[in-house]
Amino acid sequence: MTETTDDPNNKIPLQKAPDTRPGPAADAEPLLKVRGLVRHFPITKGLLKRQVGAVQAVDGIDFDVRPGETLGVVGESGCGKSTMGRLITRLDEPTGGSIEFQGTDITHLSTGKLRPMRRDVQMIFQDPYGSLNPRHTIGGIVSTPFRLQGVEPEGGVKKEVQRLLELVGLSPEHYNRYPHEFSGGQRQRIGIARALALKPKLVVADEPVSALDVSIQAQVVNLMDDLQEELGLTYVIIAHDLSVIRHVSDRIAVMYLGKIVELADRTELYENPMHPYTKALLSAVPVPDPKRRTQRDRILLKGDVPSPINPPSGCRFRTRCWKATEVCTTTEPPLVALRTGHQVACHHPENAGEPAAAGTKAPDGQASSDQ
Amino acid sequence: MTDSSEDRTAVPSQSAAAGSAAAPTEAAPERDAFLQVRDLKVHFPTDDGLVKSVDGLTFSLEKGKTLGIVGESGSGKSVTSLAVMGLHRASRQQRSKVRMSGEIRLDGKELVSADPDEVRRLRGRRMAMIFQDPLSALHPFYSVGSQIVEAYRVHNDVDKKTARKRAIEMLDRVGIPQPDKRVDDHPHQFSGGMRQRAMIAMALVNNPELLIADEPTTALDVTVQAQILDLIRDLQKEFGSAVIIITHDLGVVAELADDLLVMYGGRCIERGPAEKVFYEPQHPYTWGLLGSMPRIDRDQTERLIPVKGSPPSLINVPSGCAFNPRCPYADVPKDNLTRTVRPELREAGGGHYSACHMAPEERQRIWTEEIAPKL
Repeated sequence: MTETTDDPNNKIPLQKAPDTRPGPAADAEPLLKVRGLVRHFPITKGLLKRQVGAVQAVDGIDFDVRPGETLGVVGESGCGKSTMGRLITRLDEPTGGSIEFQGTDITHLSTGKLRPMRRDVQMIFQDPYGSLNPRHTIGGIVSTPFRLQGVEPEGGVKKEVQRLLELVGLSPEHYNRYPHEFSGGQRQRIGIARALALKPKLVVADEPVSALDVSIQAQVVNLMDDLQEELGLTYVIIAHDLSVIRHVSDRIAVMYLGKIVELADRTELYENPMHPYTKALLSAVPVPDPKRRTQRDRILLKGDVPSPINPPSGCRFRTRCWKATEVCTTTEPPLVALRTGHQVACHHPENAGEPAAAGTKAPDGQASSDQ
Repeated sequence: MTDSSEDRTAVPSQSAAAGSAAAPTEAAPERDAFLQVRDLKVHFPTDDGLVKSVDGLTFSLEKGKTLGIVGESGSGKSVTSLAVMGLHRASRQQRSKVRMSGEIRLDGKELVSADPDEVRRLRGRRMAMIFQDPLSALHPFYSVGSQIVEAYRVHNDVDKKTARKRAIEMLDRVGIPQPDKRVDDHPHQFSGGMRQRAMIAMALVNNPELLIADEPTTALDVTVQAQILDLIRDLQKEFGSAVIIITHDLGVVAELADDLLVMYGGRCIERGPAEKVFYEPQHPYTWGLLGSMPRIDRDQTERLIPVKGSPPSLINVPSGCAFNPRCPYADVPKDNLTRTVRPELREAGGGHYSACHMAPEERQRIWTEEIAPKL
């Protein structure tokens, strides 16, 4: 996750250097501050690579991540949630907007300047098979961050790596083994150990459990929970599984076509979704309860997500929304707080007036029927 | 149904080790069930040893009903579906790589020992399958329409024009907009949800009586998944076919399945009516699955209760109960029974079977007192 250095002099002070980390949620200052973040991937054509358009993967999003919290980011494929994750870890450079980490603007920092920041921001990847080099031992993989950052942990690298392996529930004797000797769940633990090696403040996890079986998924979710408590971590967890997101997050951002359409506390979002898209999304999740299948009012959305190359004008959800009116075509709804801690970008929000009671009951609009 | 006079009375030939007690061991499936699978074994010889992907599976399914098969990766659920479709033995090359035994009867017709050509004539006509990944299941070079036409013409003696009309009609039926234009599109021009619809159209073009859907919505987004699940349900109502839906997602089976079969290590460890399995699960592994699952319908602040360890190797399946190394109750039955004797499926009433050495009363107590309150 860290690029190899092209400047050998670029050494970082040892990890034992005074630790200025604040306790979780110690100050009101957000750990990560994202404003107007944009990432367009250019589409080029012809010999001269003339730009003919752009995939608007992330198109102007604002959010904060507070110290010690877990921010869940949820959305369907192609909504830009993974791109967003790569931007805030600066694995990719934004086209516009700004990212501030602990008060420092990191939007356009160079590789070298970013390196100190990389200690504090780490990433856990989705695919436990693709994210570990099959030719390196587990010891080698987990100790790479120390080598890249020039950090000499107390008691030596090997000892520290073995401690980390134990921390994530693996045996320290696994040090000299290779990734293929491990199961998917164990590999994901190795990825977590690597991410935690440098005692990061912020961990961005992109679909950390979606490749795992249910019983293993629960192990990893619990592990991440424990580690957060133990180490005071802040998480940004990106996932498409709304059940997992509900379980792990404190606050949740719902994305649709490169925009955040709703951002709220967990309970508030699930009990009282205000954006029609959130409502449809929640109603679409199959509930493991056979008795409820007859009682549920599912909102079936028409068609598919439009192309991010040519997103609809105004509100991007309007092409599939049952509440869309004229204003939705012309004006893009801003993300505004309609209630404390509940931001929505919609001209016709649900549950706007009434108190928290509606739950996931029937939509008041007419549900679009199956095609 | 035609040859039901045969020796259907034969007791299932599973080792009668433990189940000598009052409860009948693994009762024979209903005689006239449309699909009957009995003591199915699918083993693959490999360099590392014999992989026992499916090791003695018995179930039956009526027309108009939906059976959900759930289990983790490597539990044998997909291998089961391919076995029913005869896809492990479609070519001579494949036949040398698989050892199959047991019985699969589709409307009375035995398929395991049948001539592969005969099975081929059934496949696509009387039984069809929807695969997980529509992009790799559809041929990228041919138009969607021509692939549906082919599936239709293989089994029906009609000209191309009629078949094309049928293809358009099917695309329309599964909800593809402008089917008369989209019929000539290639798979890459379709979105993921539309591809899955196209594959369903192809599977249903001959009105099959048995439809097997192997993880039909795993590759799809939730909103599209909801569309596809509704489509499968509607089509089943319309055509009255028997449906097997294979998935790891308990939510999906709760939506669709009448009956549920939980697989672990190549065997069925619990099966019964969906409501029974969900509300009164009898097997510790099923408890584990339910406890591992984050719930969207509850504001759960409690920790999940995972199953410790990982799924077993199918080459060295643990002796006794395959779940014993992961089971928190492995030591409850006396005499080390869980590690030495493989538990048989026993009925707890109402067609609800489970394979566990613990006494039913004991399990009932654990479920109501220890497990259910934490879910």
